[in-house]
Amino acid sequence: MAVMRYREALNSALREEMERDPNVMLMGEDIGVFNGAFKVTAGLLDEFGEKRVRDTPISENTIVGMGVGAAMTGLRPVVELMTINFSLLAMDQIVNHAASIRYMFGGQVRVPLVVRMPQGAGHQLGPTHSHSWEALYLHVPGLLVAVPTTAADAKGLLKSAIRDDNPVVFIEHEYLYGQRGEVPDDEDHTVRFGEAAIRREGSDVTIVGISRMALTSARAAKTLSEEHDVEAEVIDPRTLRPLDLDTILASVRKTNRCVIVEEGWPHGGVGANLAALIQEQAFDDLDAPIQRVTGADVPMPYSKPLEQIAFPHEPQVVDAVLATFRDR
Amino acid sequence: MAERVAQPAEQAGLPEPAVALEWLGSMMLIRRFEERAGEMYAKAKVGGFLHLAIGEEATIVGSTRALRDQDYLISTYRSHGHTLARGSDPDRVMAELFGRVDGLCRGRGGSMHMFDRENRFMGGYGIVGGNLPLAAGFALASDYLERDEVTLCQFGDGASNQGTFGETMNLAALWKLPVVFMITNNQFGMGTALERHSAITDLLRKGEGFGVPGMRCDGMDAVDTYNVTSEALRIAREERRPTLVEAVTYRFRGHSMADPEEYRTKEQVDEWRKRDPLTVFGDQLMEAGILSEDEREAMDRDTIERVDRAVAFADASPHPSPNDLYDDIYVLGDQVRGWYSVDERTPTPHRGEDETAMDRADLPHAAEHAATTPPGDASQREED
Ligand SMILES: Cc1ncc(C[n+]2csc(CCOP(=O)(O)OP(=O)(O)O)c2C)c(N)n1
Ligand SMILES: [Mg+2]
Repeated sequence: MAVMRYREALNSALREEMERDPNVMLMGEDIGVFNGAFKVTAGLLDEFGEKRVRDTPISENTIVGMGVGAAMTGLRPVVELMTINFSLLAMDQIVNHAASIRYMFGGQVRVPLVVRMPQGAGHQLGPTHSHSWEALYLHVPGLLVAVPTTAADAKGLLKSAIRDDNPVVFIEHEYLYGQRGEVPDDEDHTVRFGEAAIRREGSDVTIVGISRMALTSARAAKTLSEEHDVEAEVIDPRTLRPLDLDTILASVRKTNRCVIVEEGWPHGGVGANLAALIQEQAFDDLDAPIQRVTGADVPMPYSKPLEQIAFPHEPQVVDAVLATFRDR
Repeated sequence: MAERVAQPAEQAGLPEPAVALEWLGSMMLIRRFEERAGEMYAKAKVGGFLHLAIGEEATIVGSTRALRDQDYLISTYRSHGHTLARGSDPDRVMAELFGRVDGLCRGRGGSMHMFDRENRFMGGYGIVGGNLPLAAGFALASDYLERDEVTLCQFGDGASNQGTFGETMNLAALWKLPVVFMITNNQFGMGTALERHSAITDLLRKGEGFGVPGMRCDGMDAVDTYNVTSEALRIAREERRPTLVEAVTYRFRGHSMADPEEYRTKEQVDEWRKRDPLTVFGDQLMEAGILSEDEREAMDRDTIERVDRAVAFADASPHPSPNDLYDDIYVLGDQVRGWYSVDERTPTPHRGEDETAMDRADLPHAAEHAATTPPGDASQREED
């Protein structure tokens, strides 16, 4: 095991996969000379050269589209977008093209493309740079969607994503880039898509935390245990497509209560979807309505106090958990 | 006081003395304002990203001074200078940087998202290339409504690679819209140098294939920028067709405050700094006898004091109240009396939920909004 930051774990995944497969190549704005807006690609241009690490113009839709085309014809491109907000400019290529191509052409081609992007609020970047939109990509059949929260998962999932033959939307988090964690040394350390991680075991309530909110949920669980005598089980789904519903259902059947925590908007969110799935399949096991904790239903404001109340923190998770006990 | 040399201003290509002094004042204000903004950022009074246009003042002032009051200006996330040049109150621009209620956008937008309807500064936008279609849209409305307005749209060299660039050029030319596109070519898109991001580096030519002819101005020279922009605006106004102006300039500071600037050499920056538009223009005015050394210093002192007052104003302005979080998402009316949202189910449901049950006139929200409507909104209502 080595201790490294989330961004370094991503960096080493890229490096190892590029060493392993000469057809893995990187494209993105300022990923080379500038070393990446969040330094995830630091050093890779020097190491692999301009053929494999390409600084692109600011042309999101086209660079993702070129990634799709190159993936259809033999490469394994990894495209970096500076933030998930800018991925909207590439939505056409991601949804109308990457996600649909294999299906609409009757399974004749594969699109082994990875599109990486960070999300998240908290740095006062305002309404064009701060959102959390895993729900947008969760919506799309044909995509795989990863939301890693630890350094080990960041590395393991990115390696799996690059080796996978499907288009992957790989959603990192700006807050997590600097977080440290233990990462297995093994060059073949991969994390399989569709396997949730149980971050903490508990018998009273299930908390499902998405992306950074898995960490927020784990902190809330500690408070719940210390101050409220509630033992929460915290689940980090790690990937949303495919989703490890079995692990979540098994936990809910044990605890009979569920709270879903996400940073994105409430309407049509990850929690809305998951709550529907859980009540369809485990209604009789629920002792209280499923609670959601989400970002506020607003474009992200710049003002610090407004921004801070526009995305969830630990106390809201604690309150939501306690509400599942009050509701009876 | 130094003796005035009796040299007519036109000789140096300068405008009338009073006008030239006003331009210098505007450039000074932008420079001193941005320097202070940078300091305030270091003190964490300003958050998020802060993109300074230091070095680009001649482009900003030269071009905006070619606009009439009714014309529209639209820019990018690097637009403190644009909104100031358009006449925004420095107090309110600084308050926006501080994220306070008296900010131009009530603290919602921050540095990257300035907007001043009253002064027809139609916004700074955080999405590279996102403002070009909007600009063509302003021009479409002006044309449609037969209003004597022209739009000036500024964006960076990097933005000229975005799909919206070509798409907007084509439509603006096809529909003969009164709009001028100006590329502020500061040589870099973030850390990527012009020749590494654009196949054609004569950016003025980039619109030609779409039917938008190009012109170039020296963006370090306010007078040249003014002259070229004036001609472009005239073509838009009188001949009803768009042009593309490339203003060649340089940003002296990093892309944003968090830029190690490893992609360029100090020598290159120093070389361009010799052409510092503020210094050069000030010197020109002195040589032309429009300005004395003492006057120049006094002007600078006054400007610094003005910026100090803006900082004091911003610091005294309150943060937005948490109760304001849901304001201004919708225009409330018969169709939208409020809305139902389910986030953060805390014991106190937020106002969006309450509103559904209330008569619209009773909305605390509506009353509050009316009370804080900035003066500029009145003109909006008249027009709309
Ligand atoms: C769609 C989009 N992609 C990427 C970014 C990140 N970004 C912000 S500014 C910038 C460089 C833009 O360069 P240029 O257009 O030359 O303007 P300048 O910053 O030099 O004024 C980039 C890549 C963004 N804000 N929006
Ligand atoms: Mg530029």
